[in-house]
Amino acid sequence: MDNSNLPNYLEYKGKYKGIFAWIFSTDHKRIGLLYLYSIMAFFLVAALLGLLMKFELIAPGKTIMEAKAYNAVFTLHGIAMIFLVVVPGIPAILGNFFLPIMIGAKDVFYPRLNLLSWWLYVIGAVIAVSSQFMGSGSPDTGWTFYAPYSFKTQSNVLPALVGAFVLGFSSILTGLNFIVTMHRMRAPGMKWMKMPLFPWTLYGTAWIQLLATPVVGITLLMVIAEKALSIGFFDPALGGDPVLYQHLFWIYSHPAVYIMILPAMGVISEVLPTFAKKKIFGYNAIVLSTMLIAFVGYFVWGHHMFTAGMSETSLFAFSFLTFIVAIPSAIKIFNWLATLYKGSIMLRTPMYWAISFLFVFMIGGLTGMVLGALSTNVHLHDTAFVVAHFHFIVFGGVGFAFFAGIHYWFPKIYGKMYEESWANTGWIMFFMGFLTLYFPMFLLGIKGMPRRYYDYVPEFHFTNIISSFGAFIMIAGLVVILINLFRSAKRGEKAPASPWGGKSLEWTISSPPTLENFEEIPEIK
Amino acid sequence: MTEHSVHDHYDHEGSKLGMWLFIFTELLFFGGLFIVYAVMRYKNGTAFELAGKELDVFIGTFNTIILLISSATIAMSISSVRMKKKNLTVALLGITLLLAIVFLVNKYFEWGAKIEHGLFPGTETLHQFGHGEIMFFGLYYFMTGLHALHIIVGVVLIAIMMIKVHKGKIHESRFVQLENTGLYWHLVDIIWIFLFPLFYLIA
Repeated sequence: MDNSNLPNYLEYKGKYKGIFAWIFSTDHKRIGLLYLYSIMAFFLVAALLGLLMKFELIAPGKTIMEAKAYNAVFTLHGIAMIFLVVVPGIPAILGNFFLPIMIGAKDVFYPRLNLLSWWLYVIGAVIAVSSQFMGSGSPDTGWTFYAPYSFKTQSNVLPALVGAFVLGFSSILTGLNFIVTMHRMRAPGMKWMKMPLFPWTLYGTAWIQLLATPVVGITLLMVIAEKALSIGFFDPALGGDPVLYQHLFWIYSHPAVYIMILPAMGVISEVLPTFAKKKIFGYNAIVLSTMLIAFVGYFVWGHHMFTAGMSETSLFAFSFLTFIVAIPSAIKIFNWLATLYKGSIMLRTPMYWAISFLFVFMIGGLTGMVLGALSTNVHLHDTAFVVAHFHFIVFGGVGFAFFAGIHYWFPKIYGKMYEESWANTGWIMFFMGFLTLYFPMFLLGIKGMPRRYYDYVPEFHFTNIISSFGAFIMIAGLVVILINLFRSAKRGEKAPASPWGGKSLEWTISSPPTLENFEEIPEIK
Repeated sequence: MTEHSVHDHYDHEGSKLGMWLFIFTELLFFGGLFIVYAVMRYKNGTAFELAGKELDVFIGTFNTIILLISSATIAMSISSVRMKKKNLTVALLGITLLLAIVFLVNKYFEWGAKIEHGLFPGTETLHQFGHGEIMFFGLYYFMTGLHALHIIVGVVLIAIMMIKVHKGKIHESRFVQLENTGLYWHLVDIIWIFLFPLFYLIA
């Protein structure tokens, strides 16, 4: 279907002009880009904070900041990365842009609600970040806001809590919107089991957003009330229970890990078949395992609290369930590998990212098993090992999949090709830097270096130097990637409708898409 | 071709699905509080029973009846809009609105009396009691307060619905907004149905 003669979504003139044509647009593609730019801005700030921490850790003792400043830096790094970047990341950017197109719809079900979600995101982000600049010093609680410290500390936690609460709403509304969109707006003939895998993973994610986020919402509200009115739910001095806070917090925040990783798995499930020139292996198994992860993911929160004080029975149950939840992820890994088997593999930039995703995700997953086992967990709890593990999953998994996705769909989004040699250079720098940065942290953790400390004993010096060195390479790689993409969005060669020979619906329309995506809703046979 | 043309579709079933999903979210939102209630009551059973005696069962029952009637009237308004009885619909919504406001006024006096007696989080009076009482009243204010906030949102929604029905924007073939408002109102009602025995009737 050739619709390239119509104005595309980047050019068309709407009711508003200039920047208002974007920030008041209800077009899912423009909203996707709004998210892209705002999330990228926060990502860069948070990555810079991460780099500052690595600067601090390059030598024992004070290098560039004191303990208090370090506490504030890792808190803001965590809040920004989790709530502003990784949780909304793939669903809000790539999901918004491609979900409607991939199911053959002209937009999401509630376009105005979609715009409201972005506004809530911005408002929540501004409130959260404002905690740095006003009141009595930056929050120093870590992104988990553990009670009772979160309401005892003199630092300015309140705006961070309110911001996270508002961001939760934004996330819930996006999830709600996506579920209704997939139920009501699939193109005629697209049965559930014909839906592409990226939408399927967004479907699982959306249910978690809908059913888990409100729990953290109410929990944050309780901490706010604790701080403002001292109602005492989590304050042992008044008869409250701080461990109860941890339970409520992780009832959301563990499923939140699946909010992050499921869409990443969806992206990989789109990229691999395209570049192996094969159909995905075991479509049904991937769909089923996606929904299983979304479901079982609710029941493993306790593994964050193995040393917090729980009954033996709960410890065993949570550890067992943690091993169970690894199975559907492993099923996916086997499916992806089987997809590559005997495929005619095209090694292009998105494929490099996807394959390196498999590598880092497996390391992240297997070290997760080490932490899920009770005996090893006691030794490794709150050490650099945990930090390395979740960066392999959350940054390695989600980050690599995001870059795979953005390089895969870039030609569709902007209608331009990027410079592949530069993109590959950026990838290899990022990949090598990433491994150099986080792998030593496993070793540090096993040897007993605690997380969230600005200082360490001299024995850890050498390993920390390597890790910090990796951080510099990785950030340099990131700069190469971003400059290449920015330049190409402006000056790249014109992209054809289907540069990689992808088979899903987004490759049947022009690059960039027109306002309505499809002039006629396609029929799926 | 404008942005508007893309979005000008009407899907009754889809809109209702969205509302149901929102209700699921709301249930889990309150669910977190019910968990805290369960834990705290398990730990402080007797104190909760004693503290429950401080609440006025009469006002509680009265408010329960008010909410139940208002749920009935809003359901009737949906039936009447389908029967093209515009004035009846506006009247029924008006009764619902009035009942909601009566509920809030009752709540105001109830809270006011408690606060006057110093039964409020952070006060000396409350701290003279044990931990159980502190938890009870903390939960009482938090849960009924959050519920009252939902009632206020409901009042605004119902008022908007009245205007829309009056102006003819909601009519027999396009009434999903009214139906969703009704669903929301039933949710607010059902949460109260749980709050009422858990606070007023445990003594």
